Amino acid sequence: MRWSEPMAEGEGRRSRAFAFILLATTPMVALAQASPVQAPRYTVVLDAAHGGDDTGGHSGTPSGSQSQFWAEKDTTLALSARLRSLLAARGIAVVTTRDSDTNVDRVRRDELANHANAQACISLHASLSGTGVHLFTSSLAPSQPARLQPWSTAQGPWINRSLSFAGVLNSALQHAGLNVALGRTSLPVVDSMACPAVAIELSPEGGAANGSGQSGSGRSGIDSLNDADYQARVAEAIAAAIVEWRSPASGAGASQP
Amino acid sequence: MALAGIGRGSFAAVIPRYQTVLFIVLLAASVIMTVLLWRQLDRAHQRMLDGQNSAPTQAPLVAPAESATLMVASDADGALQPRILSLPLPSLEANPGARARAILGRLLDLYAAADSAHPVPGGAASVEQVFLLPEPAGDSSSGAAGNKNAQNGSELAVVNLSGSFAANHPSGIETETLTVLSICATLHANLPRVASVRFLVDGQQRDTLAGHADLTRTYLTSQAVPSEEVTP
Repeated sequence: MRWSEPMAEGEGRRSRAFAFILLATTPMVALAQASPVQAPRYTVVLDAAHGGDDTGGHSGTPSGSQSQFWAEKDTTLALSARLRSLLAARGIAVVTTRDSDTNVDRVRRDELANHANAQACISLHASLSGTGVHLFTSSLAPSQPARLQPWSTAQGPWINRSLSFAGVLNSALQHAGLNVALGRTSLPVVDSMACPAVAIELSPEGGAANGSGQSGSGRSGIDSLNDADYQARVAEAIAAAIVEWRSPASGAGASQP
Repeated sequence: MALAGIGRGSFAAVIPRYQTVLFIVLLAASVIMTVLLWRQLDRAHQRMLDGQNSAPTQAPLVAPAESATLMVASDADGALQPRILSLPLPSLEANPGARARAILGRLLDLYAAADSAHPVPGGAASVEQVFLLPEPAGDSSSGAAGNKNAQNGSELAVVNLSGSFAANHPSGIETETLTVLSICATLHANLPRVASVRFLVDGQQRDTLAGHADLTRTYLTSQAVPSEEVTP
């Protein structure tokens, strides 16, 4: 009897452990049987730059004539909304950093992008300077993936894939008849994104002679940036590029750099 | 009790009228003196700022004219083009910082011109100072390249821009990037020992130039120079 009690206790522990393992594994097995082949969710992050009291680039005063006032935050939000609809219609999950005229902290934007585990991240900007569409990738040097990546250089391991993504965007925009320029820059919000990331800057289609001047065709840069048809064409081209980037041939399916 | 009675009575009654008047006069004099001193302080501060602004931004004409290469940005093609100008410049050995400031001032004068291909208001006065320092060996922001430059005796240029220049700079990724890169490339073209550049605005670190281009990082001039300039 002196030995029987400990033996009974040991048996009780074993049976409890067995029951625990059984209970713990049953839901996993059930889940695996319910969805044997779950394709990875294809997610795109759209970051409409600026917002709220941060207007970004602007021209004129809000109290002035409506046609003469322009704020970058409005154009980026409008373009983001168009793109979101186009991508959702193509079955692509979209994460946006803002859906209204609010000021979202830069770090929060990067948190949203990095937690989404996205296959493509796009930071949308607009400017009255220059012409056409400018595509920028980070000017960080490519680096090896590390377990702990510094926040400010999280884009480093993704540089080569970001350059590939910019190439796909460039082809699609040029195919749509748009004037495209490629470049590299140090943009804090993009430098901290851990995904294939490109900053897209929309400039007047015909080209503004200066920051708020007339374009070569006599149409003002503000009118061009506010033109719904121009925005729609750019959004369609970007959506086509993202669909192209999604295809297996582009190798975008992998979520690792 | 008599003392207590006086104490509880009308306090004003025991203060002579001339003392009340004197107190009011002294109070008024104090207020007036405060206002006058405050205004004098403001004027002195303004005189000091004016003195800084009136510091020569261009080299004295007695200096011999030398050729300087300006890397001029163009919004139309988003590129930098070299432009060689003859400028009277301070001696490189005696005052390299003033020389760098004069060259950058000329570059920003071009941008402030009416027919500029990269319009940015401000002109030469927008460059307040340029400091040339030995490259720090352990600069993490420039990484291995920074350490290599430190071993080669390279220099770090710290460009202090005026707040009005940053405030009036057109906003946009391309236009801001072109301004930053043209400053870096121009410094490297004329002072080859300058391997990296940092920016300040009114003596303080600033996040971005006009909402986009990062001003917190160290820019390597080798990355700013157009590729055809790098290749021998």
